[in-house]
Amino acid sequence: MNVLLIVLLTFVGAVGWMTVITREPVRQAIMAGLLGLLLAALFFALQAPDVALSEIVIGGGAIPIMLLLAIGKIRRQDAAAEREQADQ
Amino acid sequence: MNRSRKVAAAVGLLLVIGGFVWGATGLHKFGNYNFRYGAIVAKDSVPDRAAVNSVVVTAFDYRAFDTLGEEFILFISVLSVGVLLRRMREEHESDGDDVGPEPTMRGSESMRWLGAALAAPVALLALEVITHGTLTPGGGFQGGVVLMSAVAFTFLGGEYALVARLRGSATWLEVSESVAAAAFALLGLGGLISTGIFFENFIYKGQAGLLTGGFIPLANIAVGAEVAAGFLVVISELLYQRLLSSD
Amino acid sequence: MGIYPYIVAAWLLGVGLYGVITSRNYVHLVICLTVMQASTYVLLLSVGYVTGGKAPIFADIPTTSSVVDPVVQALSLTDVVVEATVVALLLALVIQANKRYRTTDPDRMNRMTD
Repeated sequence: MNVLLIVLLTFVGAVGWMTVITREPVRQAIMAGLLGLLLAALFFALQAPDVALSEIVIGGGAIPIMLLLAIGKIRRQDAAAEREQADQ
Repeated sequence: MNRSRKVAAAVGLLLVIGGFVWGATGLHKFGNYNFRYGAIVAKDSVPDRAAVNSVVVTAFDYRAFDTLGEEFILFISVLSVGVLLRRMREEHESDGDDVGPEPTMRGSESMRWLGAALAAPVALLALEVITHGTLTPGGGFQGGVVLMSAVAFTFLGGEYALVARLRGSATWLEVSESVAAAAFALLGLGGLISTGIFFENFIYKGQAGLLTGGFIPLANIAVGAEVAAGFLVVISELLYQRLLSSD
Repeated sequence: MGIYPYIVAAWLLGVGLYGVITSRNYVHLVICLTVMQASTYVLLLSVGYVTGGKAPIFADIPTTSSVVDPVVQALSLTDVVVEATVVALLLALVIQANKRYRTTDPDRMNRMTD
């Protein structure tokens, strides 16, 4: 088992831990994107180019987009609710 | 979180992780894979199915039934997202208060140019990845997601007016997604009709190295269309909620 | 070092599960589920790895060379795409629940529905 695999596996474990302990949603979405890209590198090192291709687009593109859109929508909902309460 | 819940969580975590590690010590050492099924599939894909990428052959020919199940999971998830978010959108539209994007969200000119310039080349790349699944790493799933991102470039570039216009064409996206999902199942039925085995590769397999492999390119196209249309339905609904609805 | 990838997979599963249990925001919970999904991909692909094996695409290598297992790669690649739509469904549920209950905290939502 070569050095590249050991280093990539350790990085994936470390970034996974950092993703979980980040509590603020926007920062965590960015960390999830970073985890996706590191996973894609790990899959390349494990000789799996098809899986790496999927993971790059999904983990680096689709999932952070959806997360940021959902977080923005929730913030907008909270702002509208506060405006409603202030009007009452 | 009170004491008893913390204790129960710690015990549960220890059991799960401990069981996992104990099971992992019974696995073969990393790198000494010696099971026969994978070796047989890898040896068989070029002579038997005339397709060079044995991962795609496994996913779309030998284990096509599992891929059918995964496609249906995707279809049901997209359907559920559509039901949930579209109900919210229709309630909002019937109220009639469309507040529009927030004032801080004006797209910049350079982003719009970049989005417009990148959309067409990436779409072409996506079509190439979808159809050449049997020859290079790629296939329906990967190419479908790349196709989704090609369309999403225009939104992310800042063309918010397009989001409003997508409301009318949402049925077109759903129809194409349903047709693609049905096409994949019908390919399996074609195998059933012609040789009596569900998902048997019934089209003439040509010579390896060309665009052949039986029905695998057709299955790739169906799956690519479905994945792209499904993700676009999801993203267009989420974009509408984020940009135009404040409720 | 023979079981190091399996340990990393177990670590990711444990970390993700810990995040799900102690989460105070539903979006944080969905992202911890993503971390748990990543552990399954790592486990599957490490089981199929052959030392010195190449990628299972025979475009320019002879069909008798040693390659890694293609079956687990086929399982993983369909899984990656499908789990993204499941994440989208969970996010839609979070948005709907926030609209109804005006909170994204699991503990507060539990108390409201009692």
